Amino acid sequence: MLKDILIPSILLGGLGLVFGILLAYTSKKLSVKHDARIESIRAQLPGVNCGACGKSGCDGFAEALVKGEAKVGDCKVCGAEASLMICQILGVEISPQTQKVARVMCSGSNAISKKKFEYAGIEDCAAAAALFGGDQACSYGCLGLGSCVKACKFGAIVIKNGLAGVIESECTGCMQCISACPKNIIRMVPASSGVTVYCSSLDKGAVVRQNCEVGCIGCKKCSKVCPENAISFEGTLAVIDPVKCNNCGQCINECPTGAISSSLRFDF
Amino acid sequence: MKEILILVLSAVLVENFVLVKFLGICPFLGVSKKLKDALGMGAAVIFVMGLSSALAWLLNKYVLVSLGLEYLQTMVFILVIAVLVQFVEIVLKKLSPALYKALGIYLPLISTNCAVMGAVLLNLEKNHNFVESIVYGSSGGIGFTLALVLYAGVREKMENTDIPEMFKGFPITLIGAALISVAFFGFKGLFS
Repeated sequence: MLKDILIPSILLGGLGLVFGILLAYTSKKLSVKHDARIESIRAQLPGVNCGACGKSGCDGFAEALVKGEAKVGDCKVCGAEASLMICQILGVEISPQTQKVARVMCSGSNAISKKKFEYAGIEDCAAAAALFGGDQACSYGCLGLGSCVKACKFGAIVIKNGLAGVIESECTGCMQCISACPKNIIRMVPASSGVTVYCSSLDKGAVVRQNCEVGCIGCKKCSKVCPENAISFEGTLAVIDPVKCNNCGQCINECPTGAISSSLRFDF
Repeated sequence: MKEILILVLSAVLVENFVLVKFLGICPFLGVSKKLKDALGMGAAVIFVMGLSSALAWLLNKYVLVSLGLEYLQTMVFILVIAVLVQFVEIVLKKLSPALYKALGIYLPLISTNCAVMGAVLLNLEKNHNFVESIVYGSSGGIGFTLALVLYAGVREKMENTDIPEMFKGFPITLIGAALISVAFFGFKGLFS
């Protein structure tokens, strides 16, 4: 009687044990390491899957960050807060390369850029832009009516002589001004970027010259002198890659119109 | 040799596990949406069915029968199948995370799939020897894969067709499966 109960129990128990050990061994041998940091980093990312970082969407970027195949600064869409959180999760120092600030890509103050007409409407850039694109002769120019100033909760943007400028030491990188600007001429740059082409005009050189004294005319002299090959062109507009740029300033001297400036030029 | 061939053809065509015996309908309907997933699932099932047929036969002959413990057959077979399925899961997770994600819940459900258990029990019923058991089990898996792949092709084509509102989704899936099953009845009497 006891034998009839004992033998099957031992048999099944024994089989279970053998199979269990086999599975446990296989599981250990073929385990897939899953880093929990990936989820927390992914939660900080914007989730737009734009691919600007060069990885396959935000999921791919989070994985690459944990593996060390990408830098936090690679994500151009991340705000300063998100970058800081990701740096904390990864346990790396937040560097000036990673910390981003907003910059108004225009030098057209009242004295420098011409106006098409006298605007006497609502003191708001979006309203002015609705009227034939605003009163600036250059269609890519800053209207200087302060929509960005209103959007900034930290008082980091001011208008001086009809031109908006960011006080970069106060900027937290929240990107509210970027959405507020109807001309889309505010961009995020790394805080370490010391030299910028302060112009957003995609017009041809002759047209730019007519409208504004310091616009980029696309002569390409800057890219020829750049020792790091950091200057590329969007049509006739020079763009400096802040990652490659070493802030030497050679392009500033070379630029015939003065479109390129050091970020310290405005005493904002 | 001829018997082996007849065994294979009958398991794959004449007595197809899914379309004639209607075993394993759950993964058949659940994984046949995309051709790639269907192939992956089919491969997993062939492996599990073949191996579990072999292991179950060995355990049955040398342990259960010799100790007179036939009443433990169901439990032992389920144990063997479940262990093999878990093994496949672990391997798949490592080798192809994409397929693992695509199969989702249907992968562990192979263990409760009546097609696999059915193959093992049918081997017993038909008194197959060791080689015949493995052949029958694997061919059952091949037949399962065939049904899955065929239906996946049909469903991928159905994606682009105009289906009446009340048939959209599950109803048209079942109707399609019924029609393919009718087609397979044409194989009846192949080996009379």
